Amino acid sequence: MAQPAGLLFSKDHEWVKLDGDVATVGITDYAQHSLGDIVYVELPRIGATLTQFGNIGVVESVKAVSDIFTPVGGDVLEINAALEGDPALVNRDPFGEGWFYKVKLADDGEKANLLSADAYDKLIAEA
Amino acid sequence: MNDAPLRRTALYDAHRALGARIVPFGGFEMPVQYAGILAEHEAVRERAGLFDLSHMAQIELRGADVATWADELTVNHVATMKPYQARYNIFTNAAGGAHDDVIFYRLPDRWLLIVNAGNATKMWAYLQAQVRGDVQLTNLHGERALVAIQGPRSVEMLAPFVEADIHELKYYTCVETNVGGTPAIVARTGYTGEDGFEVFLPGEAATGLWDVLLAENRKAGIAPCGLGARDVLRLEAGMPLYGHELTEEITPLQAGLRWAVKFAKPVFSGKAALEAQAADDDFPRIAGLVLDGRVPARAGYRVLRNGSAVGEIRSGSIAPSAGGKSVATALLDPASATVGTRVGVEVRGTEHHATIVSLPFYKRG
Repeated sequence: MAQPAGLLFSKDHEWVKLDGDVATVGITDYAQHSLGDIVYVELPRIGATLTQFGNIGVVESVKAVSDIFTPVGGDVLEINAALEGDPALVNRDPFGEGWFYKVKLADDGEKANLLSADAYDKLIAEA
Repeated sequence: MNDAPLRRTALYDAHRALGARIVPFGGFEMPVQYAGILAEHEAVRERAGLFDLSHMAQIELRGADVATWADELTVNHVATMKPYQARYNIFTNAAGGAHDDVIFYRLPDRWLLIVNAGNATKMWAYLQAQVRGDVQLTNLHGERALVAIQGPRSVEMLAPFVEADIHELKYYTCVETNVGGTPAIVARTGYTGEDGFEVFLPGEAATGLWDVLLAENRKAGIAPCGLGARDVLRLEAGMPLYGHELTEEITPLQAGLRWAVKFAKPVFSGKAALEAQAADDDFPRIAGLVLDGRVPARAGYRVLRNGSAVGEIRSGSIAPSAGGKSVATALLDPASATVGTRVGVEVRGTEHHATIVSLPFYKRG
């Protein structure tokens, strides 16, 4: 399963897109498919300070509640307000319109704790 | 619940071939979803869905004393049932709590009792221990299959494969007939709030029926449906699920099933306790609630009123047939269970506002 170019990944199936010191975060196509129909996403508040791999929200399918572990730390700049009215965006376009939030990266070195697309592909192939 | 190896229904390979996600349920490996719970839900409300319910226990009852015997163990009437009639019923303990909720099907020479999968072992032991007089029990659990087709178009989809004419079959009645050339029972019953049928047939005939119903009705939009969609459908339709709205501790009266409790019967298990409960009318009860927002209210969440706990959520889901709202059932103090009462549901430490509503959340037009 090819991942979109230019992203980093966590073992918890979140993706990160870095643009300077701003990181956009979402969950992978593999994650949305595993969860099934997503009906609710609870995101951190704008201004909240996140710690890498901290439990910062939940994504809920019809059947289950799953924690979101942020792949990078930093202050939340923006959240995807469209998910409130249409959480299924995460199913339809997980790497695009289904993004979760943006943070101002606290520590560029945290990138070293994330996976490349190839490493993530390997992880889900073994799952 | 126990470490017994999981069983598979006759349709297990068919589920795998359809790409179903399989989960353990009631001691069986069962499909929880195929294409997706919401798409399957929509198929049942708009067209038809096909369900494998072979994990439910089928118990055959024979003997001259079955009706009087069963009448003493259950709240609803059994002896008044006519051949080919189906009736919802509840086996109750001495305190009026529910051992299980079931369906009796009366046939000319025997009865078929359908027991919840999760209660199959408990109920088989209970029924055997209760046997007296001319009552013979045969446990067909796992041998006989149950395929349900549910939805407004189910009659036209199923009819070509049934020897008897099922168009005029009345709700909660059944017929013994051939289905795809195999002797079967076809009942107009279900657990979705839609028109539909349940077909009881030998396990070895299940895959043939399943495959032909899917193949012949694919263009008409039939969908194989898993337990996930079934749970949303039954919740919207206000139907109780054992372990949630009914338990050994939650009585039929508490579950809002007063209509099924026939106090006119001279004796039945739990009658005195239920009479006292009915007279007092001061007991926690199941109520429906709709949240203001879209956050799902899950079983076990606390329900609050003016900051104090007044009950807990027993089932909850997003309800596509109720405007996509977050709906739930809750077991609530009587003072908080009246329609229109504003309550809160505690979700991960935050109180979300909700209103008590009457059940069901969805009624077919």
